[in-house]
Amino acid sequence: MIDVQQVTKRYGQHTAIDRVTFTVAKGEVLAFLGPNGAGKTTTMRILTCFLPATEGTAQVAGFDCIDQPLEVKQRIGYLPETPPVYQELTVFEYLQFVGRLRGLKSQALRGAIVREVERLGLGSVQHRLIGNLSRGYRQRVGLAQAMLHDPPVLILDEPTVGLDPKQIIEIRELIKSLAGSHSVILSTHILPEATAVCQRVVIISGGRIVAEDTPDQLSARLRHSEKIAIVLKRPPADAEARLAQISGVHQVFAQGPAGGFMLECALGQDVREEVGRLAVTSGWGLVELKSISMTLEDVFLQLTRHEEGVSPAENALEPTVTAPAEISESSS
Amino acid sequence: MTPVSAIMAKELRSYFVSPVVYVVSAVFLLIVGLLAYLYIVFAGAQAIQLMQLQGGQAQINLNDLVFRNLFASVRFVLLIVLPILTMRLFAEERKLRTFEFLMTSPIGLNEIVAGKFMSVLLVFLGLLGLTGLIPLTLSLFSDFDWYPILTGYLGLALLGAFFLSVGLLASALTENQIVAAFVSFGFLLFMWLLAGLGSLLGDTTAGQVLSYISFMEHYDHLVRGLVDTKDLVYFVSALILLLFLAHRVVDSTRWK
Repeated sequence: MIDVQQVTKRYGQHTAIDRVTFTVAKGEVLAFLGPNGAGKTTTMRILTCFLPATEGTAQVAGFDCIDQPLEVKQRIGYLPETPPVYQELTVFEYLQFVGRLRGLKSQALRGAIVREVERLGLGSVQHRLIGNLSRGYRQRVGLAQAMLHDPPVLILDEPTVGLDPKQIIEIRELIKSLAGSHSVILSTHILPEATAVCQRVVIISGGRIVAEDTPDQLSARLRHSEKIAIVLKRPPADAEARLAQISGVHQVFAQGPAGGFMLECALGQDVREEVGRLAVTSGWGLVELKSISMTLEDVFLQLTRHEEGVSPAENALEPTVTAPAEISESSS
Repeated sequence: MTPVSAIMAKELRSYFVSPVVYVVSAVFLLIVGLLAYLYIVFAGAQAIQLMQLQGGQAQINLNDLVFRNLFASVRFVLLIVLPILTMRLFAEERKLRTFEFLMTSPIGLNEIVAGKFMSVLLVFLGLLGLTGLIPLTLSLFSDFDWYPILTGYLGLALLGAFFLSVGLLASALTENQIVAAFVSFGFLLFMWLLAGLGSLLGDTTAGQVLSYISFMEHYDHLVRGLVDTKDLVYFVSALILLLFLAHRVVDSTRWK
């Protein structure tokens, strides 16, 4: 449904996004994940034909965003970062206006408004001026606006901002229910949202796509090695060397409070049993042993920290996986 | 409902829920009414003088004494009032972030510009229509020639449309409404003064060019009852040019 190929956007000298390429299949929900200023909004604006790309092509449902903007716009529902509402209109009048702009006629228009008002729980406020509504209601009016003409493609820029926790869950459920029939791109910097709602995640940082996969595979793929953290009560002086002798263990670092060690092991090899046996039989006083798996949050930080130049020394507990050579050089 | 009429309906709704239209109409009608009253009182005083001199049968020309003066003054009132009506058209959309919504709606930019322009034109024509009460009331008490009054109204309508398109363009240039209003004032006053500059230079080529560029001469012809194609062409082409420029400006704001 959505096909973005090598899209670059430059503002003068500044490159906002750089050769971004991704596709979204019909019925798929894709999360656009990235820190502020990573280029999420710029990419969305190009897809909605608001901004023209400097280079590359963006297509929605087979129509090019530059050559056939009207065709593209008809098939997209777009919720910008700030809900685009007119404060002097009531919710009903506003949705009526939106529907007319999108070519809905009397009967269909009324039906669509009733559907969206119900879907987003706007019944009690539909005859109130939008200017008098809270942020959460405005956000929901913005969502109703995006879905009013039942477009096959939805582009939602941070759809859950400003909502309370109950509403956030409702909106996430709503987006999940759209999967299958609609293609959805949603941008967020809230990681659980991406894992909860989306089938696929694109992580963007500094204008480039740094990773793209399902949430599970993304963390698996980036896990070059398994990690085990142990804490010993009475560590011997040569603990590091002895732990390193266990087959499958690549490297051992002392870390954290006295007696804490981090073991880096070969992928797919579970050495916990061996480590435990060694520690117990040697009487080191094993008090803690756990495997550390990377959450999406770790992956996200891994991938984006790089760009921001945060040295891993500040986050010693964080597993350092991507390009460890580069990072250790810079921190030493 | 076509997209243009949807935009018009929405804009009219926005105009009439905000106090701006009511304040602007009240001020405009009050000032125009007061001006008409003053010119009529002066005309009455002159009639009394004439009667004393000529004894009885003096005829005064209301077209010359009242309406030409009134049309000349209303032009200045419009210059102040109309930029206030147009300043919000695009500036507000950009300020409130609804601009992106409008631009990503499946309608052409032509339709957006046309819808917005026609909505404010309707508000203005409604206002102008209300001033029609002045000649109608006078016609109950006196005789005068309606023809120059109708051409005068045609002139006011064209002049107003011209002012509105300048205001629309100014509103497209900025997201600050005050700046938009001020830019239109400035531009229109400058156009006004071009006429003065033109008459200063007299019958030279430069003088004629300046007089032609300014809207003053074209409007004056219509007020005097002269409907010349040259003047109609001036207003229509200026209108098209300004709306085209506004279209280009709105389009280009996306690229920045």
